[in-house]
Formats: sequence, structure tokens, C-alpha cells
Amino acid sequence: MTKNALYALLAATLGFAGCGKDKSEGGEGESAALTKASNEPTAPVEIAISCGAVGKELQLCKTGAAAWGKKTGAKVKVVSTPNEASERLNLYQTNLAAKSSNIDVFQIDVIWPGILANHMIDLKPYTKGAENDHFKAIIENNTVKGKLVGMPWFTDAGVLYYRKDLLEKHGEKPPTTWDELTTTAKKVMDAERKAGNDKMWGFVWQGKAYEGLTCDALEWVASYGGGSIVDSSGKVTINNPKAAAAIDMAAGWINEVKITPQDVLNGAEEEARGVFQSGNAVFMRNWPYAWALAQDADSPVAGKVAVVALPKGPSGRSAAVLGGWQLAVSKYSKHPELAADLVMFLTGAEEQKRRAIEGAYNPTIGSLYQDADILKATPFFGSLYDTFLNAQPRPSTVTGTKYNRVSVEFFNAVHEVLSGKSKAADSLAALESKLKAVSKGGRW
Amino acid sequence: MPMSNLTRSRVRSAWIFLVPMLVILALVAGWPLFRTIWYGFTDANLSDPEARQFVGFENYLRRGDDGEWYGLLAEFGDKGNWWLSVWNTVKFAVVSVFLETVLGLVIALVLNASFKMRGLVRTAVLIPWAIPTIVSAKMWQWILNGQYGMMNDLLMTLGILSQPLSWTADPDLAMASVIAVDVWKTTPFMTLLILAALQMLPSNCYEAARVDGIHPVKVFFKVTLPLIRPALMVAVIFRFLDALRVFDLIYILTSNSKDTMTMSVYVRQQMVDFAEMGYGSAASTMLFIIIALITIAYLKIGRVSFEGGR
Amino acid sequence: MKRGKKDYAKLVGFYTLVVAIILYAVFPFYYAILSSFKSGSALFEVNYFPFSLDFGNYGSVFTGQNFGQSIWNSVLVSFGVVALSLLLGLTGAFALARVRFRGRGLLLMTILGVSMFPAVAVLSGMFELIRFTGMQDSLWSLVFSYMIFTLPFTVWVLTTFMRDLPLELEEAAIMDGATPWQTITQVFMPLMWPALVTTGLLAFIQAWNEFLFALTFILVDEQRTVPVAIALMGGNTPRELPWGNIMAASVVVTLPVVALVLIFQRRIVAGLTDGAVKG
Repeated sequence: MTKNALYALLAATLGFAGCGKDKSEGGEGESAALTKASNEPTAPVEIAISCGAVGKELQLCKTGAAAWGKKTGAKVKVVSTPNEASERLNLYQTNLAAKSSNIDVFQIDVIWPGILANHMIDLKPYTKGAENDHFKAIIENNTVKGKLVGMPWFTDAGVLYYRKDLLEKHGEKPPTTWDELTTTAKKVMDAERKAGNDKMWGFVWQGKAYEGLTCDALEWVASYGGGSIVDSSGKVTINNPKAAAAIDMAAGWINEVKITPQDVLNGAEEEARGVFQSGNAVFMRNWPYAWALAQDADSPVAGKVAVVALPKGPSGRSAAVLGGWQLAVSKYSKHPELAADLVMFLTGAEEQKRRAIEGAYNPTIGSLYQDADILKATPFFGSLYDTFLNAQPRPSTVTGTKYNRVSVEFFNAVHEVLSGKSKAADSLAALESKLKAVSKGGRW
Repeated sequence: MPMSNLTRSRVRSAWIFLVPMLVILALVAGWPLFRTIWYGFTDANLSDPEARQFVGFENYLRRGDDGEWYGLLAEFGDKGNWWLSVWNTVKFAVVSVFLETVLGLVIALVLNASFKMRGLVRTAVLIPWAIPTIVSAKMWQWILNGQYGMMNDLLMTLGILSQPLSWTADPDLAMASVIAVDVWKTTPFMTLLILAALQMLPSNCYEAARVDGIHPVKVFFKVTLPLIRPALMVAVIFRFLDALRVFDLIYILTSNSKDTMTMSVYVRQQMVDFAEMGYGSAASTMLFIIIALITIAYLKIGRVSFEGGR
Repeated sequence: MKRGKKDYAKLVGFYTLVVAIILYAVFPFYYAILSSFKSGSALFEVNYFPFSLDFGNYGSVFTGQNFGQSIWNSVLVSFGVVALSLLLGLTGAFALARVRFRGRGLLLMTILGVSMFPAVAVLSGMFELIRFTGMQDSLWSLVFSYMIFTLPFTVWVLTTFMRDLPLELEEAAIMDGATPWQTITQVFMPLMWPALVTTGLLAFIQAWNEFLFALTFILVDEQRTVPVAIALMGGNTPRELPWGNIMAASVVVTLPVVALVLIFQRRIVAGLTDGAVKG
């Protein structure tokens, strides 16, 4: 039985706020841990890292951690966590709220820095300026109130997949604007259906009421010049005609032009991939992960697929939402210095290069996009460099712990419009007043 | 033999038997439940649980500066999803438990008859309940997918449907789909409990009825049903408690969609997605109160007595 | 014995019903088995008969991680839960069903009240409790915490069944000088087999399938239980769902339960026919 747990229990029972002396915070806990370690030379310090679930992701993490362990002599334990992001967040929160030191290094989603900031240490003292090599947008995203919560590990951004063969067959070029996409999708879909494939659809994406819809919808809105829901000063900006036009366009894909099946309203990434990879869609919005799977030997569309940046809106801008994962160190870790060292090692250029080549994980360090070895392994990294560099972050840093709330209200409002229950203008007006109430007038 | 002495010693041994069970239950449930109720009166947030304040009943109902009412009890219509989720839950629980009871009864009666391969059939019937919910929910998600799912394909091949349906995406169909999956999954629970009750019935009642040449349907309603009623009532209570707290199935099939949001899904959204520990705990406590009220009403209407013992 | 036409019609009707029930219960599971033999893009196609038997998914389930270990862990936890809740439930039910004392109704209601909180809400309190008792990362944490949902159910069901047993049996036992414990084990238990096996099976399955607590209380791979192990299966990339593997794993985890039911289902029908009513 740990004294810490007893203390937490007591403090919680009696409702004493802030009376609990946080053992692991500051230098005292660290030095205590170090003396303990030196007293017991037989047991090396162990750092627990949560990364990936299984498969290649876990394997890459294990090899990386082992390399660091060899260098420093410390032991690394890999804690596998669920793939489902919300399950993972729940697990993290339960552990962190109980001040558990079970996990030292957390792999966190790009939208979590604001949510978990209070439980993580500031990594600035350990970076030695390394953060300047990474994409600026991600570092900004990971900096909460001047504190660098996580180091970027790999990035992700929405891209457009299309059927090369079908577009060639019908004499079309890959679309550069949403209007072109709509027309091309309609034309190719109709022609293919007439030719016998009645399961053919024009465009599939993520329309279920979940975080993925926030990503897709933010891409439409941002490309229309409709802002990013909440601006960097915390002002709610979503209620504007450009944003409404963008969302109405998407609703039209389902209800008017009918290039998107209604099932998209309950579909996530894998559902979209299922339709596209079976050869039943002309276009798909998805993340880069689908590339390797679509090109797999047994895939019906292998060799018939290509990837481009998402289409531009009337504003002349193409927007891809920023995804990806960071590494952060828990405030309750018994060895924060060592843990931070592990984070710096794993997010460093050498390790990111290895991961890019072996697992096609997008580096967050700009210079790696010119690396010949990486480009050889995944050619489209080079052509999509701008997409990754300029990816549109979700307003998760400015809204902090309230981000999920904003996102839920946003995707629910969009979902209402997509399912034809309301018009975008009304929906967004209601959304604005809700978000203002949540933020207490822009003070998040 | 002095009866009172015997009674006293029986009561004493009863308590000796009860204590281990009660101690374990108190240990397991006491702290988590107390904590939930207590947090419901605070504004605790998961990002910093120690910076919390006692807010009294504000999570339940409070008057904002603008003169509007806020809090759980005021969450209807545009103000939030609480009452919507209560309504969804009740709808879900009543319909699915009703269907499960009827189906469970039918299947249990069939399994109670003696025929060849009865053991195998009994095992087969239990399979849906044996598959972990997280797996079976995902399996159904796959089957019900409108584009590459089996359900549409099967129904269209059989000529029942002329065009594919979006089982879980269509707002009008989502609740029905979720209920259908729940019925499939938990009917075995009812079947098994009813079967156990049927098996424990004294067989002489039946023989008497058979000798008298009474129609089997009449025997069922006049003899069987009254005899298995106590067991049936308990099975229904526990199914109902489970259904009112339904979570995994709905969360996996339709996630946070408003059309099927139940109380537990609402609580999860508050506690996990929004990190609102205080508000979420208040919602859990409300959930508890609502379930308790429904259960008491059910026990009263169903006239389940605690005094059946001798 | 000669059978009339009516009897045949009845028989046919009855077996049609049996077949319908089997189809209803098993067909989705059959579909899961089918899917477990597919891989890659074939998963997105619908067919009703196995065209190729590809055991690759089963292979990768067992080689990729400690899945065998997870099954063993689940077996330990589930049997522990069943043993503990049946023991506590049976003794508790005897007291609640056979002895009249003040506050019995209230006690039963309180026990029922425990199952009225959602698991998500209980989770963080339970986690603190588990950490406080130092049971984290141990299978005991699961045996212990699962009592919160198996115990109320077991107590209630056994109480109901025990209440209906004839009074004469108990009186006879008391006359013979049996202690209450002997009365339970030697007189009631043989009569209660259907109820015991049923509640035991249901508790087993509940413990076998529980996910949220198992995920949170245990962070070391060697101690994970089956549902968590399945949920932790990921594809090669974070967003890919390895459907074939998951289906193979769920077929594998359902089989022990099926075997268990096959073994114990005879006990469900044992009951009174076993001639336990001797007088």
C-alpha cells in the first residue's frame, strides 16, 4: 500500500483542496528516487511509456525505447493502451486524476495538450532548442500557457484519395476545387452506375457524430475562409456565412447531388476505407494510413489510386486538419528527467527517420521531407510537404479543457445539417450561443 | 422445543451468514458510490480534481445571472441532452426488456421440452450472451453497415428490401437497430433464468393438469406462469437495471449520436469527454435516483414481496 | 404408439421453431467465424459460405501477443468470481430467504441499489480503492471489483429460488440436528442445482466479458484479460481495424464459454428429477 494513495484517498474524502503535498512535483521526489536507485544498484530505474497498441506501431515503439535503454542503461516498460482514442483518454485521465506514477511517458493526441496540460511537466528545460526543428504549427499547438506540454512524434493530415483509372477513363482531371470535385464525382458515378456497378458512389468521408467529423467539417469551413470555430484569442467565430456555405455544400453531397451515401453519417475512417477499397467510390477523404492498405496486393484498387491535397474552397485555400501524436511526461513520474530524455530521444530526427521508413509515420521535422531514403519509401511525402507544413490545427489549445465540449457541440451541429434536420445558418447561430455560454464569453 | 430459542439462534446464524457478503459488498461499493454522490455536489474537473469547490445543488439546478435556469434538471430542448437521454433510455429499456421477456419465455418453453440434441440447442442459444459485448457490438456494426454489411445483402437477396437501408445512420432506424441488437444479445439471459425456474417446478402439478385434460395453453397461463412468476420478476428487474444503464452497445454502434444517447452515454460524455467530474457525478446520481424510482414503482406494481420466507 | 396427422403437424411445427431459434442465435456468430477466415479486402465483401479457409488470423492472434496468457487470466478471474459470489450469495440467500428478521426488505433493496450506478461513474472511485489496497496490476483487483455487479444479482436470484423450497425439508433437517451450514450444503444445494448453475454461468460470462475495469486496473500485458487483449489489437497503422484478427480472437474466446455451457447444462435440468426429494 503506498502512502501516496492513502494520502490521496484522505484528501479526497475530506475534500481538502491543495493540501496534499505533491511528492513527485519538483526536485524532492526526483532526488529521493535517485537515492533510492543508487541504494539498490541491482534494480535499474524503470520508465513506463504508453505508446501504440499492437502491430507495427507497438513494435516500432519497442525498438526505439530499447535503443534508448541501451544508451542510458535504464529499463523501459511499454504499456499498451487501446487504439480507440476516447478509451485511451479515459484510461489516462483515471490514472492521472489518481496521481498514479504507473506511466511516466504518455503518447497524447494532438488535441489533448490543452486537456492534460495540468498533469504534465514543462518540457522546455529539456529540449535544448530541439523544438525549433519541428513544424511550428505543432509546437504552437502543444504549448499551453507558455508550457511545452508535449514533443511532436509524428503528424497526420487529411488528404484526398481518388481513382486514377476511373478519372482517366472518363477524361477527368483530379479536382482542385470542391466544385470540380462535386461535378467530377457526379459524372463518374452516374457513368459507372449506368455501366452496371450500382454500388458506385462519388465521394466518401467521415460523417459520424465524432471527432472525425470535426476534422472533416473544419477542413470545409477553413477552405471556405470560414475560420476555425474559435480564433486564437478565444473569440467564437463559427457563425459566419462562409462557414454556413461550406457545411451546406457537404449536406448537398448527401441530400441533393447524392454523391455521398447516407451511411457516411455513421461512418468513421475504416467505413470510408471499406467502401473505397472495395472499388465503390471515386473519391475519399482520409488520412495517409489508407495509402498502404489500398495499395496492398489483395486490394481490388491496388495501383488504381492516387493521393492529392484536399480541394480548395472559394477562398482559394486548401485546408487539411492537423492530426498526429505527441509524447508528454507525467508530473507524477518518479523520474521526470529520465522520462524527458526518453521523449527527446524518441522525437529526435534519427528516430523519426527510422519510423518514417519502416512504418510510414510522417515526421514532424521539416528537413526530413527532403531525405532521400524517406522519399524513396513513401513518395507522396514530398509532394504533400506543404499540406503537412500548413495543416490546420483544431482550436484545442485555446479552448483547453473545454475543447472536447466545443468539438462535440460543433460536430453535433454539423451532423444535424448533414442529416437534413436543419439549415447550416440556423444550426451555426445556435452553436455560437452555446459555445459562448460554455466559454463564459470567450474566457476559456 | 422452545420455538423462540430456536428462532433466536436461527436469526443469529442468519446474521453470521450475511456478514461476509455484506462486508464485501460494503468494501467494494461503499467508497465508489459515496464518492460519486459527494462529487456531484462539487465542481470538480478531471484536469485538476483537487481544485474543486462545494457547490451544493448547483449541478442539479441553479439560476444563472441572466435569470435562466441551468443544471441537469433544466437540460431539455436546446439547453442540453439530459432529459432527452432519460427518455431514450426509458424507451430503450421498456421495449427491449419486453421483447426479451417474451422471446426468452418462448425459447425457454421450447428448451424445457425434451427432444434430441437438446443440450446442443441449449448451448447454441447461449452463444450471443457469451460473446464479449465490445466484440458483438462491433460485429453488428459490421453486419449493419449500409454499404458492405451482410444485413442489407441478405434482405435484398431474399427480396424483402428493394434498396439498402442505413441501419445505424438513419435517425429513424437507429433506435430500432440498437434495440434489435440488444434483444439478440441478452435474450439468452432471460431464457436461462426462466429455464432454471421451469426446471425447478414440481412436476406433479403438470401431471395433475395433464390427467384432467386441460389445454396446454391454459396450463401455461393458469399453472406455469404463476409458479415461475417470482423468478421471472427477478430476472426482469436485473435485465431492466442493466438496460437502464446500457452503455457499450450503444456507444460502439452509434457513439454519441443524440438519437440514441442514453443516460450512461451522457454520463460518460460529461465525465470523460468533457472532464466534468462534478457534473458527471451529479448525472450519475440522478441516474441512480431515476432507476431507483422506476424499480420501486415496478416492485410495487408487480407486488414483489420480501416476506415470502417462512 | 400410433401417431395421428395432427401429431406430425405439431412435431414439424415444433422443430421449425427449434431451427428458427438456432438460426436466430447462431447466424451472426457463424458470420463472425466466416469473417475470421478472411483477410484484407475480402472482408469488405459479403458471402455466406467459406470459399477459402485461411487460418492466418488465428495464427497471428496467438503469435502476436500473450493471448494464451490472457485466456488463462480470464479463466482464473472468472472462476474466482463465480466461486466467491456463489459462496457469499448462497449463504446470504439462505439468511435472506429462510429466516425472518427485521429489516430484511430494506437490506434486499440496498443490495439491489448497488447495481443502480453506471460503471463509468463507479470507475474512478474503484480505481482509488484498488490503488489504496495495493491490488493494482493483480488479478485480485478484478475478482474483488467484479463483486459489485455479480453479488447483488447472485444474492437476489438465489434468494428467490430458495424461498420457494418446501419448508418440510428444512424442518426435517433441523429435527435431525443439522446445523444451518449442513442444511445449506446437504439439503438445499442438491435442490438448487439449476439455480446455482444458472447464476454461476451468468456470473462467469459477466466476469469473462467485463472490459472497463479490466482495462483500467491492469496495465501490464501479462495480466490482461481477454476483452482487453482483443480491444488492444490494432492494425499495422493506428486507424486500421484488424477485423479478421478480432473475429478470430472472439471465436477463440467464445469457445471456452460454449464448452462450459455444454458441460454444465445437464446440471440445469438435474434439479428435482434427481430424486433429491427423499422425504
